[in-house]
Amino acid sequence: MATTLAPVLSAHWDAERSWTMETYEAHGGYRGLRRALDMQPADLVTMVKDSGLRGRGGAGFPTGMKWGFLPAPDGGPRYLVVNADESEPGTCKDIPLMMASPQHLIEGVIITSFAIGCHHAFIYVRGEVVHVYRRLLRAVEEAYAKGYLGKDILGSGYDLELTVHAGAGAYICGEETALLDSLEGLRGQPRLKPPFPAVAGLYARPTVVNNVESVASVPGIVVGGADWFKQMGTERSTGHGLFSLSGHVTRPGQYEAPLGITLRELLDMAGGMRGGRALKFWTPGGSSTPIFTAEHLDVPLDYESVGAAGSMLGTRALQIFDETTSVVRAVTRWIEFYKHESCGKCTPCREGTFWLAQIMQRLERGQGTAADIDLLLDLCDNILGRAFCALGDGATSPVTSAIQYFREEFEAGCHTPADVLFPPERSALFDYTPRRTGAALAGVHA
Amino acid sequence: MSVEELVPRGEGQAHRTAYDDETRARLAADAAQIVARYPQERSALLPMLHLVQAEDGYVSPRGIAFCAATLGLTTAEVSAVATFYTQYKRHPNGDYTVGVCTNTLCAVMGGDAIWEHLCEHTGVGHDETTPDGKVTLERVECNAACDYAPVVMVNWEFLDNQTPQSAAAVVDALRAGEKVVPTRGADEVVTFKEMSRVLAGFLDGRADEGVGAGEATVRGTVLAREKGWSAPAFPGDEPATGTGAQAAAGAAVPRPGDEQSSAERPATTARDVSPEQQERKQAASDAKEQ
Repeated sequence: MATTLAPVLSAHWDAERSWTMETYEAHGGYRGLRRALDMQPADLVTMVKDSGLRGRGGAGFPTGMKWGFLPAPDGGPRYLVVNADESEPGTCKDIPLMMASPQHLIEGVIITSFAIGCHHAFIYVRGEVVHVYRRLLRAVEEAYAKGYLGKDILGSGYDLELTVHAGAGAYICGEETALLDSLEGLRGQPRLKPPFPAVAGLYARPTVVNNVESVASVPGIVVGGADWFKQMGTERSTGHGLFSLSGHVTRPGQYEAPLGITLRELLDMAGGMRGGRALKFWTPGGSSTPIFTAEHLDVPLDYESVGAAGSMLGTRALQIFDETTSVVRAVTRWIEFYKHESCGKCTPCREGTFWLAQIMQRLERGQGTAADIDLLLDLCDNILGRAFCALGDGATSPVTSAIQYFREEFEAGCHTPADVLFPPERSALFDYTPRRTGAALAGVHA
Repeated sequence: MSVEELVPRGEGQAHRTAYDDETRARLAADAAQIVARYPQERSALLPMLHLVQAEDGYVSPRGIAFCAATLGLTTAEVSAVATFYTQYKRHPNGDYTVGVCTNTLCAVMGGDAIWEHLCEHTGVGHDETTPDGKVTLERVECNAACDYAPVVMVNWEFLDNQTPQSAAAVVDALRAGEKVVPTRGADEVVTFKEMSRVLAGFLDGRADEGVGAGEATVRGTVLAREKGWSAPAFPGDEPATGTGAQAAAGAAVPRPGDEQSSAERPATTARDVSPEQQERKQAASDAKEQ
């Protein structure tokens, strides 16, 4: 039987005033917290381990195991920090979740904090979404007013403070140790690991850093149990996940489904490709995951299958491009993004993304040289695995995968500008006449 | 790199170096509230820089000095942080930042065309402000709204599914002092300084304004309900004969012909899930939508 949708987090996003405590509780919210407070924290950790929940922020590390890495309590503080810095190109699930249903996250934060023995939790939300920040601040106010936060929560004797912190615009702060530095009031640059945050995280204390969707999935697991969660998904990629379809698809949007659904199934639900055009390439999990093509339409979107097919499930950010799109133009823009966002701490990433951008820009202008493809691959080889954090690794993904599948387009970049091969107005959603060439635009964003 | 010509600063162009006593006292009270949110005071630096922008419209030298003095840092340490993050402005910002997403997906869907049009329309480029001081244009990176591409942000509120014409109309309205309503956000776009105060963690009473979600956000939610798809019911919850669709929807019994009426019966036999039956169901759903 074909996979169907399974809305859990998104089940009531279209409810009247969906973001309020009243609406959330009317749909069963905070049952999980009441149940959790009657359990032993260690049993909660076990339950989440048993559920098989894996981090929804991209890496897919088992969430319960991450909690279990915290050392034994030593009487000092331990922290939960929610990574709500959603910035990976194509990724657009946590921001709408927090706008439509922030209490889902808040309840998850309280349960998770209780499970790991944390008494002060933080939500680090990117600063470029002011209304989402308003909704979170208000949701925290409502939770305090209901006695779900603060002292002696629901008479359990458990105390928790929750601070929502706004960033200030830096993709790198999605990297968990850079996020911690940023939260400490520093430049957001990644830390050398080990020590991992579980041992020395925020203020050098044991810290769990979890993605929004991971934490928001916890209340459901507590109410339904590990086995309920495992009814969805595959054996090693359990549960539900938000799949974000964007680009040249008829009905882009958020589709919450069991892991293991395929793009073919999702595209069918989303009305297929825009105007019946052919699918050319897509990202399974954001721009840092190697691109796929039409030959991967039936790859089950779970961690193992996507990995076996040569990419990563990432954040399930399915950016879909049709036959009108220049892969060279797309990759150039992604590389300019990585160059812009490279924090500058390590040489391979700082210098490498700069060089990649220069080469991609000349290929986009049709001024590449015969050696450029090899040079790109050589550069990627010197970044991947040699950069301080995953940003550098991620920057190489679009380049190497695009060369793998569309080498002839890179070769064409030695003589023909990308906007001649693929006029940009054909890719846009509206009719317009380009004023200047894409080649002139390439490189504007230093 | 070219050597900039040294031009003496005219009156009003020089940075002000300190706040008057009243302003300083007010900012100090705000800063104390911010510091109280954190176990260690240095964590207050990012929100305090937003606070400085709420006062001065950019990260001013006197704002840097204020942060440094409040948190026991050097001005160099504060500057090091302020220069790292793109939301902190190093020179006075317009009343409204208009940010056009030109990351790959939005760019391909039309963001590049919007950017070209706005530059031509306003005569300014990236991180430049119109002469009336109203609008600062920016190329922005992915803002997590790809299902609404192409996206334009105005003071970090979402304007979804833009075109060159719609974006230019927004810029014109902002410059004319007219109200601009974001697609998903507050009832109107507030000024850069007002927005910066929110980012410093001070609510402005607008959290309950606007929609919970846009059309694209709820597409899966709505489709699942139409099709009768749902996650498995929680054990112990009223099972809605199999899939729990009706229970999950939490709605009253639908009238015949409405969404979730009889056509949405969960599959119970193999025939229910045959391709023919799926097609018939789809046709019925489609008919209802019209």
